[in-house]
Amino acid sequence: MAGSPATVKPTPILKDELDIVIPTIRNLDFLEMWRPFFQPYHLIIVQDGDPSKTIKVPEGFDYELYNRNDINRILGPKASCISFKDSACRCFGFMVSKKKYIYTIDDDCFVAKDPTGQQINALEQHIKNLLSPSTPHFFNTLYDPYREGADFVRGYPFSLREGVSTAISHGLWMNIPDYDAPTQLVKPLERNTRYVDAVMTIPKGTLFPMCGMNLAFNRELVGPALYFGLMGDGQPIGRYDDMWAGWCVKVICDHMGWGVKTGLPYIWHSKASNPFVNLKKEYKGIFWQEEIIPFFQSVKMSKEATTVQKCYIELSKEVKEKLGKVDPYFDKLADAMVTWIEAWDELNPSSAEKPAK
Amino acid sequence: MSVVNNIEDGEIDIVIGALHSDLRPFMSAWKSIFSRYHLIIVKDPDLKDDLQIPEGLSFKIDIYTKSHIDKVVGSSTSIAFSGYSCKYFGFLVSRKKYIVSIDDDCVPVKDADSFLIDPVAQHLRNLATPATPFFFNTLYDPYRNGADFVRGYPFSLRSGITCALSCGLWLNLADLDAPTQALKPEKRNSRYVDAVMTVPARVMMPISGINIAFNRELVGPALCPALRLTGEGKVRWETMEDIWSGMCVKVVCDHLGLGVKSGLPYVWRNDRGDAIESLKKEWEGVKLMEEVVPWFQSMVLSRTATKAEDCVAEMAKRVKEQLGGSDPGFGRAAEAMMDWVELWKKVGSGPSPV
Repeated sequence: MAGSPATVKPTPILKDELDIVIPTIRNLDFLEMWRPFFQPYHLIIVQDGDPSKTIKVPEGFDYELYNRNDINRILGPKASCISFKDSACRCFGFMVSKKKYIYTIDDDCFVAKDPTGQQINALEQHIKNLLSPSTPHFFNTLYDPYREGADFVRGYPFSLREGVSTAISHGLWMNIPDYDAPTQLVKPLERNTRYVDAVMTIPKGTLFPMCGMNLAFNRELVGPALYFGLMGDGQPIGRYDDMWAGWCVKVICDHMGWGVKTGLPYIWHSKASNPFVNLKKEYKGIFWQEEIIPFFQSVKMSKEATTVQKCYIELSKEVKEKLGKVDPYFDKLADAMVTWIEAWDELNPSSAEKPAK
Repeated sequence: MSVVNNIEDGEIDIVIGALHSDLRPFMSAWKSIFSRYHLIIVKDPDLKDDLQIPEGLSFKIDIYTKSHIDKVVGSSTSIAFSGYSCKYFGFLVSRKKYIVSIDDDCVPVKDADSFLIDPVAQHLRNLATPATPFFFNTLYDPYRNGADFVRGYPFSLRSGITCALSCGLWLNLADLDAPTQALKPEKRNSRYVDAVMTVPARVMMPISGINIAFNRELVGPALCPALRLTGEGKVRWETMEDIWSGMCVKVVCDHLGLGVKSGLPYVWRNDRGDAIESLKKEWEGVKLMEEVVPWFQSMVLSRTATKAEDCVAEMAKRVKEQLGGSDPGFGRAAEAMMDWVELWKKVGSGPSPV
């Protein structure tokens, strides 16, 4: 690749500014493969399911681990907002972290290889994505202009070239793609083998399905908006936790003037969950989605929503008012959203609420 | 194979604007890909020398020159079909459903085995498959082999809408503006991004005219040769006509419920021109864009505009009223847009005027 050699700066590893949050119910064997990339970082393990089970963390990692008993102890009655028997419980890890950035990854995600055969340091790419601006106001046809080897194209207004702060970096998956149950049933053998060498900003006003398997974000900016909802045990729906968080956070980022990137890095997703089990979990979501999407597409934050927490509380009121009639679940969810913010503020009292840019 | 995704070869015109008189290297490079289609070559009216086309080509070519343009368009129009704008004459007189247009300084990309990558086939695939502008699919084009809609994508939005415009990209000399290229004169694009995606609704973008394809039946009139820089030249760094036209097309597509895709195919763009030289001229274009982008972004057309030409007519009026005062270039663009709509009504359909 052509390019002037002198100006490549090493990516800061943010060793003391980033936590890796991993929800798990099985084991953490996958960490062995990630060791060269993850070892410098602090891990927050959120153990789902039976708290009496011991989950072994491989030697040499610096970590804190929370099981359900810990969550109940720390949050008291507010623990009701944290899902049980669903990877949605990961957001507890976001709440207890004290770091500026979070990378969250599923325990069935491994290191992928790029087309040259090199192992992909997913964390490094996420950091690059988060530390460079986003461009949500005008689409750049050569994708992320801040990437080495790319730039703004002819016709791109200069006044928009500074970009905005990046709040979210959404990575993708080789091998088992993130399909819903119906698609999995129709295409059980389809694997994602296409490496798309791009990062791009999702434009302002455009919603997307945010997958929590390989996700990084600026916790200081949008942490409170990344509540993964009420899923799993005792709930009528599952596998929509990250979707819900993604729609909420995108609306809030659009309002606050922050960017969301998607594309690289890829991880290797090894496990295809059972599509019949998935169908049962997703079933209600497939119908509710049809109401939820227009809701998010039309929701407007008021001028007084000047912090993420205020945006989120406003959103919860809209959810109650407009989605409550779809199903009583949304009433409960709206209440849980408020509980989440209360819990967040309790656990993070010194974090000055971040105002809009 | 004469049908790609239900589009027959006979439904396509390849339109080339000839800004160079010697088209022999260009035609040789594209021969194997273009030979099954009908070609329209429009010679830049400012080009003095005769066009040189290789002998013995087996395909159908129609060549239009200044005399054709003068005959069809006459002098009553404010549109200048010179420079890159000459290709719009080809769009006007074509009678095919789909048009693919590539600049005459581009050649096909070679893959790792030195086979030519066919951008026409990819453009046609893009136009023949639906676009999905209402919700972003994180695995990009869901209709591609090996891809699909991801979890969380609403089912009611999975049938998509008709794609009316396909915007391709460029390896080697990317379509950067003069200041950017002048700052990094050695910079070349070597990154092949294996994706096509729909540009979401109401999102504006710079649409480059270097490598595009469109459904002429649906949006032909919306690609209009309107904005001319006073110092407009014969290299892309000295023009904005396609960028302006692109903004119009995107607004029209968003309004009419049509999709725009961006990404594959790539063409290889040969080195040409001097960015630093062009800096002096492009600056005017750069300034104009600053005003124009927010204006296009807020454009809402009336419900009665149900066809592309109605949309363009309405936009032309607004350009005149709302932008005309700030720069004479906009006033002229508005005139050109109105003339274009008239021209399109007169000779854009029915028997060929040439």
